[in-house]
Amino acid sequence: MQITRDHVRHVAQLCRLELSEAELDTFTRQLDLILGYVAQLEQLDTDAVEGTAHVVDLTCPWREDQEIPSLERDQILGQAPARAREHFEVPRVIE
Amino acid sequence: MSESTTHASAIELARRIRARTLGAEELTRAYLERIEALDPALQTFIERDAEGALASARSVDRRLARGEEVGCLAGVPLALKDNLVTAGLPTSAGSRILAGWRPPYDGTAVARLRASDAVLLGKLNMDEFAMGSSCESSAHAVCHNPWDLERVPGGSSGGAAAAVAAGLCAGALGTDTGGSIRQPASFCGVTGLKPTYGRVSRYGVIAFASSLDQVGPLARTALDCAALLEVIGGPDPRDSTSIADPLAPGSLLQICSERRDLQGLRVGIPREYFGEGGLEPDVERAVREAIETLASLGAELREISLPHTRYAVAAYYVIATAEASSNLARYDGVRYGLRAPSQSLARMYGLTRQQGFGPEVKRRIMLGTFALSAGYYDAYYGRAQRVRTLIRRDFERAFAEQCDLIATPTSPFAAFRLGERLADPLQMYLADIFTISCNLAGLPGLSLPCGFTAQQLPVGLQLMAPPLSEAALLSVAAVYQRSTSWHLRHPPVAEVPS
Repeated sequence: MQITRDHVRHVAQLCRLELSEAELDTFTRQLDLILGYVAQLEQLDTDAVEGTAHVVDLTCPWREDQEIPSLERDQILGQAPARAREHFEVPRVIE
Repeated sequence: MSESTTHASAIELARRIRARTLGAEELTRAYLERIEALDPALQTFIERDAEGALASARSVDRRLARGEEVGCLAGVPLALKDNLVTAGLPTSAGSRILAGWRPPYDGTAVARLRASDAVLLGKLNMDEFAMGSSCESSAHAVCHNPWDLERVPGGSSGGAAAAVAAGLCAGALGTDTGGSIRQPASFCGVTGLKPTYGRVSRYGVIAFASSLDQVGPLARTALDCAALLEVIGGPDPRDSTSIADPLAPGSLLQICSERRDLQGLRVGIPREYFGEGGLEPDVERAVREAIETLASLGAELREISLPHTRYAVAAYYVIATAEASSNLARYDGVRYGLRAPSQSLARMYGLTRQQGFGPEVKRRIMLGTFALSAGYYDAYYGRAQRVRTLIRRDFERAFAEQCDLIATPTSPFAAFRLGERLADPLQMYLADIFTISCNLAGLPGLSLPCGFTAQQLPVGLQLMAPPLSEAALLSVAAVYQRSTSWHLRHPPVAEVPS
């Protein structure tokens, strides 16, 4: 399939990435090239093959239910670009 | 301090410090001076921690003077790839979006190094979020190969490989998602190990592709890699994918030190790694000679086939980018790092990510988002996962029926020139053609120096083994290194007097 500017604009919106017009052009060309290369996977008959999501066969292990100290709240909030009292501060969501 | 000291193996340095014939502080100062003198040209470090390093070195000297017990890496100066989080020490993963972030905790591998009394010199340069094969996508600075400053050190753990090669640290930790330890190790002439998936905890590793990422050592020798793995490996309640050590504590290094020959070892040579992928003649010659050396040490060589090799790059760049697109969603300007000012929340997210991520990271986030998006999920992500199964089965069959280890070139070519592959992302992706399968199959893989090209650039031999066979891998590499001296060569830049 041919990747168009509309595909790229849609994908950029899904992953919350603002793009300049120049970036839109470059990424359209590059994604088309890369996905063209990826298309060779279609040469393989994989209908009867189960996918590998993960190489380790795991059941989720249980850990001991111990009380351990959490990270310091001030230390965490101190890394934020903006904080208000005990919260992360962000631009207004609802007008 | 003489270069015979700063280029000694980590094990040798640990022994001398413990015997008190070498002071930990004196050694740390020697490395810090070398970094000061040589790193402006190399740019291997993103962040140095002279104060912290000297404090831990002094503590080791003090405890030894009092006759107290110290850890097994006491006083050995090491450095960390900048995607390993370190309490209080800035950690950026080579990205602008995390510039200035001071993590509130240590990752497990880092905590275990500290508990072994290693001295941590600082954080090493890397491709942004470990996405790249040349270190050129670093937002910090372009890192240079100490064998030729006009060439790349490889990536993404380029700073780690270059720093070890140039004698700016005695060993380092990197991460490997598609070859990011082994390929730079081969480009810089050092030994690098990607352990079995799950062998080392990923707690405190800035995530790129969670089903592929693995922490591992880069060092001067295979025995040093064994010593480092012994410290950082093992199960961790904070990483549910970490798995139990197959060996008793302390036995890995012993097994690797004691092996004398390769009698009875069946080494598989996959024909797909020699016919395809643009293998350079100089690289092929060095790797074939190394394989002959394995045979002369007793190994039996067998030609094998891994028929799905040619599909590995395509499958990887769907799976790894899909996982990355999800992992990198957390960088939104809210809790840490960069925020682009805006009146609207949605636009703040979009602008922060536009300004904070470099082009390679954006490309991969979009590729992965596309592969997971409605209408394309099964055709891309689903299919790539099924091809991953086929690649795994190739290895399972080879190890069950034909061989104990597999030997290949680590990379089709030696270090390329800065800028040479930047214009075409696909050409950069194809640089990983020989290392990617190992990650898709979750196997341990190692690169060790095995010769030089006509231009005096190092060549790496890659060894791969069944899951949890690090002892086999490292002991074979150690036997090879006892009968060869490629790993003892230093790049010209490292000989500049400091």
